[in-house]
Amino acid sequence: MIDQPVALSELEEAELAHHPGPRAYVAVAVILAVITAMEVAIYYISSIASHPAVLIPMLLFFALIKFVLVALYFMHLKFDSPVFKRLFVTGIVLALIVFGIVLTFFFTHGGAAPAAG
Amino acid sequence: MASAETPMPSPGTHDVGAEAQHHTSTGLDNTKMAMWAFLGSECLFFGSLISTYLLYRERAGGGPAPHEIYDIPYTSVSSFVLLMSSLTMVLALAAIQRGNHRAMRVWLLATAFLGMTFIGGQIYEFTTFYEEGLSLAKSPFGSSFFVLTGFHGAHVTVGILMLLGLVGMSLSGKIQRSDARKVEMIGLYWHFVDIVWIIIFTVVYLIPS
Repeated sequence: MIDQPVALSELEEAELAHHPGPRAYVAVAVILAVITAMEVAIYYISSIASHPAVLIPMLLFFALIKFVLVALYFMHLKFDSPVFKRLFVTGIVLALIVFGIVLTFFFTHGGAAPAAG
Repeated sequence: MASAETPMPSPGTHDVGAEAQHHTSTGLDNTKMAMWAFLGSECLFFGSLISTYLLYRERAGGGPAPHEIYDIPYTSVSSFVLLMSSLTMVLALAAIQRGNHRAMRVWLLATAFLGMTFIGGQIYEFTTFYEEGLSLAKSPFGSSFFVLTGFHGAHVTVGILMLLGLVGMSLSGKIQRSDARKVEMIGLYWHFVDIVWIIIFTVVYLIPS
């Protein structure tokens, strides 16, 4: 089969000019792999794992870095229009509001989850 | 890897991409805008499921508790596999944007293979948990766990089907360089599924009860 040479749209050409290349993607993937290894490692370090007040913020911090790296580089939010970023962040904020409401319900009901069924 | 780079069109070449470009009052691609709006709504969907899991994780109802059944090394490998599938996905997009169809197909198949490996791992995990006494109806913990991870697995499965569909379209000549946006849209979906798992892996598996 012969691949036919056809052009991208003007919008895509403009976006592509700002996108990183394969080397940058591999570099981001290596960072993601290292962070994942660190996450699992601290889970097994007893001096950290035995202190949830230390372990949980560290795990959340690592997850946040991975989340942001994938969104910014692999999903190109760092390079594309800020409008896309706003749409996505709106969804995340709404999700956090839902989470806040659920937690509020949880704590105002004596720490017990609502009965299932 | 053998290169199948296609040259940029010379003046006078039939420019399908420019022809296919649709009107947009925002200066942004409408398809991409719709995809981001969809992904924003998916945040709410998975946020609700994660919130529910966090509420019910302590209610094992006589069945196995989270720390008794989770196999962290096993799930870590699954997480790594899914994370690397995001790399192969973005490399597929980079390949089609350069007009390299063969490389795109290789990276898409690699992404689908990694996705299938992840799903295979999840099926094994679910089977093991079921044999250890955890089921959808056993306890609130079991219900919230299986619904959350099951819906994520369903999303991965849909992503795999779309990836294989893209490969099929490419093989039949229905994907050109000007169709890179299609690959990008499916890529956005795939990366989203990956970042949802980043949160699930930390919140569900790593953070202790």
